[in-house]
Amino acid sequence: MAAEELPSEFDVVILGTGLAESVVAAAFSRVGQRVLHLDRRSYYAGNWASFTFNALLTWIQEHHEESQPEEVQDWSSLLEEGEELIYLSTRGSSSITNLQVFCYASEEDEEEEAPNTTEEDQGGDDEVKETPETESADSNEEEKKQKAGGTPAEEEEEQASQTEGEEPTTSAGQSQSEPTRKKISFAQLVKEGRRFNIDLVSKLMYSRGSLVDLLIKSNVSRYAEFKNVTRILTYRDGKVEQVPCSRADVFASRQLSVVEKRKLMRFLTSCVEETEEQRAYNGRPYLEFLCDQKLGDNLQHFLLHSIAMVTEDTPTEEGLASTRHFLRCLGRYGNTPFLFPVYGLGEIPQCFCRMCAVFGGIYCLRHSVSCLLLDKDTNRCKAVIDSRGQRISCSHFVVEDGFIGADWKREATPTRYLSRAVLITDSSILPSDSDQQVSMVTVPPIAAGCPAVKMVELCPSTMTCMPGTYLVHLTCQSAGSAYQDLSPVVTRMFRTPESHDQESSPTVLWCLYFNMADGSGLEGEGHDLPNNVFLCSGPDAGLGHEHAVRQAQAIFQKILPEEEFCPPAPNPEDIVYDGDNNSPSTPGDGETLEGEEEETPEGEEKVEGEEKEEKVEGEVAKEEKVEGEVEKEEKVEGEVEKEEQSLQTEE
Amino acid sequence: MHGRVKVKSTAQQEEEKRKEREKKLKIYVAARDACFSKRKEGIWDDEALQVTQQLLSSNPDFATLWNYRREILMHLETVRDEEEVQKIYQAELSFLESCLKVNPKSYGSWHHRGWVSTRLPRPDWARELGLCDRCLSLDDRNFHCWDYRRMVVKMSGVPVDQELAFTDRLIGSNFSNYSSWHYRSTLLPLLHPESPEPHSPCREPRRASPPPSPQTHSHRVCEEQLLKEYELVQNAFFTDPNDQSAWFYYRWLLGRAEREEMISCVYVSRDEERVAVAFSRPVNAQSVGLLLVLDGQPQRVEWRSVHPRFKHSPVWICDLPPGTISDVTNEHNLTVHWTEKHTHRDCALYTGRSESWCRDSATDQELFRSELSVEKTSVLQSELQSCNQLQELEPLNKWCLLTIILLMRALDPLGYEKETLAHFQTLKEVDSMRSAYYSDLCSKFMIENTILKMEYAEVRVFSISDKNLTTLCHLDQLLLVTHINLSSNQLQRLPPQFAMLQCLEVLEADNNSIDNLEGLFHLPKLEEVLLKNNQISTLADLQPLASCPKLKRLDLRGNPVTQTANIESELTELLPSVTDLQL
Repeated sequence: MAAEELPSEFDVVILGTGLAESVVAAAFSRVGQRVLHLDRRSYYAGNWASFTFNALLTWIQEHHEESQPEEVQDWSSLLEEGEELIYLSTRGSSSITNLQVFCYASEEDEEEEAPNTTEEDQGGDDEVKETPETESADSNEEEKKQKAGGTPAEEEEEQASQTEGEEPTTSAGQSQSEPTRKKISFAQLVKEGRRFNIDLVSKLMYSRGSLVDLLIKSNVSRYAEFKNVTRILTYRDGKVEQVPCSRADVFASRQLSVVEKRKLMRFLTSCVEETEEQRAYNGRPYLEFLCDQKLGDNLQHFLLHSIAMVTEDTPTEEGLASTRHFLRCLGRYGNTPFLFPVYGLGEIPQCFCRMCAVFGGIYCLRHSVSCLLLDKDTNRCKAVIDSRGQRISCSHFVVEDGFIGADWKREATPTRYLSRAVLITDSSILPSDSDQQVSMVTVPPIAAGCPAVKMVELCPSTMTCMPGTYLVHLTCQSAGSAYQDLSPVVTRMFRTPESHDQESSPTVLWCLYFNMADGSGLEGEGHDLPNNVFLCSGPDAGLGHEHAVRQAQAIFQKILPEEEFCPPAPNPEDIVYDGDNNSPSTPGDGETLEGEEEETPEGEEKVEGEEKEEKVEGEVAKEEKVEGEVEKEEKVEGEVEKEEQSLQTEE
Repeated sequence: MHGRVKVKSTAQQEEEKRKEREKKLKIYVAARDACFSKRKEGIWDDEALQVTQQLLSSNPDFATLWNYRREILMHLETVRDEEEVQKIYQAELSFLESCLKVNPKSYGSWHHRGWVSTRLPRPDWARELGLCDRCLSLDDRNFHCWDYRRMVVKMSGVPVDQELAFTDRLIGSNFSNYSSWHYRSTLLPLLHPESPEPHSPCREPRRASPPPSPQTHSHRVCEEQLLKEYELVQNAFFTDPNDQSAWFYYRWLLGRAEREEMISCVYVSRDEERVAVAFSRPVNAQSVGLLLVLDGQPQRVEWRSVHPRFKHSPVWICDLPPGTISDVTNEHNLTVHWTEKHTHRDCALYTGRSESWCRDSATDQELFRSELSVEKTSVLQSELQSCNQLQELEPLNKWCLLTIILLMRALDPLGYEKETLAHFQTLKEVDSMRSAYYSDLCSKFMIENTILKMEYAEVRVFSISDKNLTTLCHLDQLLLVTHINLSSNQLQRLPPQFAMLQCLEVLEADNNSIDNLEGLFHLPKLEEVLLKNNQISTLADLQPLASCPKLKRLDLRGNPVTQTANIESELTELLPSVTDLQL
């Protein structure tokens, strides 16, 4: 952290580096606003962050420690005439609860563990899932004292073994035995910990969703690489099946009869346009509409749970809208509608921060805002006082809602929560020819009243987990604690000491459960703060990023209604540097005769199975970049370095 | 605004670009001129290689430069040792790669790459295959790449099964690709050739099974593999029934049997002292070594096709020397040898008979079934079932309808006649742009059915009135017909092929739209021609009839030509043999 003082005047001060805040920061900076972007944490992206394994362990530990309320300093000495102070919340956000960790990997590298039969017996005995004697535990809950069952003592032992790297629980060691496969120990996970990039929030990018559009439009996409989600899976009748969704999938599918193939394709092509027939079902459940299409159980399941990803009582118009969205996104970058950023979702907010920094935004981590200075006459926030007591004037203040005390929020509605589980497993949920599958798995409610779970399985080539492991994210709307909501699914689909008879399922090496506040409830204006203060919510339950992008855009447009939201960043060679007008330095542009900067035709993007003419040259260049093409990469690199420096010096 | 990044204005950018372009153009033109003059002087040096490389990398479609480059390389081959040559060519290949990035469909680059690959002392075919796969994954229909790949495969001897797996992969990622399907159709017969036993009488007898090679292999595939292919292609057309590539492949799978080459009929007429020979395919009898032996004596005869328009024809006729067979009390044995094909056909003309023939009939040959040549009816039946299933789901899909029609014909042309006609009706409605094609196809099938019926009835009368015929075909099958009734159809002409009806005596063709009688040419036995209500409008249209010596009756009522002045006298002059003329 820089020791020198910050400039004392900014157009916009932003506290919190979550996705919405970062997009807002980039948008303002891009149009020439002076932006100061702060985060109290030592890392970017808040609840949108991705952690290495070790950093995640630290994060878990921090959340277990009772966070000490910092001493509220009295900054009233800095007040001027007609001003009033609003103190921000100094405590950590209450957005994470019910943290529980289980380690099933052996502690040390032990190669020769005997296949363990007692494990199965034990599992068989432990019929009652709520009180498994050895494994289950409950967390050192910080806020909510929701019981997941089990003994706190055990849990603490678990925790200790996590963080200090000692002493495995006995059954954890046993659970993990398969002589043919080299097992991965906890020590290895820690040793290879930096190969993990574990997202706190699990989302995917719809390839025609607002985030991808924004990344392309703003040229922020050049800062990241993306991978296709390679397949859509679903859990049905105790089995994991692949969901055929693109034309090629349907063609290749072995589980559908040819007649089903036809019906599915016909349904998918016909539902793209709204018909009279569909309107007749408005207000009635989508399931009913599907039933009446006489598609059969197979297809109905796929369409409802995996393609529309809605529940049985979702109304038809909503189900169709989400089906259409899914279909629109197909085929832009591959056979599924989704992209996933290499190195994890935490990259995305950082990319926008980088864009902000490139255009002059100033960044400080571990640096917060203590209070706002309110002009009593205008009821506007004139300035902020940072955590070091510096008064910084600003015309707008954007803040992550976690920093705002509950008393300022108008909504009295109880916060909704998401249940999250993060598993590190030793194999894929559906092994295939390729071990580089990125899978989106929909798990319909396994019993009445259970939530529908969205699961994303990431392979090592997404750079989110170490070779030999898979990273699995489970997400659902909370009904109880994360453990209560998700462990039944985990137990069924994976091999843990609690699961019965699941030889072929992937073994869970390590897992984490927690609840996170659902940001979708918050509206930008649901507060009594001055009208130039804007709240950004944390991650929402949606699979895409629409909520955060919409929020960021709304804030931007309220403040600067005349300005364009994230216009394309200019190419480096078009930027005029002061005193450098005569030679715009563009590396590697000297000697060749090559014509205009033509992009080589790369990556065919077919649009929803349209088969028109042969694809020739001249694919739109900027979209290619999203696929992480080599060609432009080189060009960007130099520039990135430059920016990196600027980021560093500014912090 | 403060802090805003300064970006060059559009005008600024344009100006800069323009200048840059100008500069580039100057360099380009200078380099090009330098190349041309060097070539003129016959200089083949490294510098020339460099300059052409510069030019070609910005414009890979400059054929002259590629030629010059090849001259240089060929020269270098003579002066450098092999190691160096290898290096030069390798550099050439990587240069070409960059050219292909500029334009992946450049004729020049691909051609040059093929040339370089064959001259490379130690070619790395695996690398070339990899390059092709990369290109095809970017654009699976790049036919330049397909061509080049075929060359690479041939040169490097990639096993056929690997290539088949390659098509599996391409089809799996996108089955709308003729190239992959077609490639498959060339690979399958090599990998899974049809078993050597002949399956049906019309199949040509197998000789010792030849080694699989593209030149000699049979084009058919063994039954077992066919079944797998049916499944694959069904997956494709059920997934997307509007994609034609799968349907075409399916048509290929169902297959067209190659008919055995043979003399299908020999006809001899005592009165005309004439022999007519029908072949299973159009031939040029003057050049295929046709030999006529009469009672053990080879005869010098002159073969002529039924109409001077045909150099190739399925029916050929010759006149015997006068007096050789005219005596009814004699019996004659006639043999026609097709020496080229080692086949022949005998025909005996018995005492007291004025004509005689020997032939395989259409029914004997299962002629019209063999268009789809899958042997087992059960297979066809199940294919028909799945197509019917698809048709229920997609009642208006033309590909499906058409395939159903073909399957029905292969199974039981007469039994399915009604359904076939109904499907044709639907086809004409859903695909009105091609309704004429469907009409013609339907006519063909109706004619086939009528021929079958006639054969079963063992008569020489061919009657197909009121069937909406738009065209005539299979006329070679009607060589022996004496009466033909084509009334109330939509025929517009009697084409030259009509002259194959060498035995025709009576032609009924009332109520058509015929305006052309070209086919009524030298029909030796034709006596009656009924053409009421047609479109014959000039006397010249009737000219061909003058070549039919026995024409006695002609009905032209309801034709425009009857309005011509002096028509009757003109006609009498033109057709002196006609005694019963109706106008």
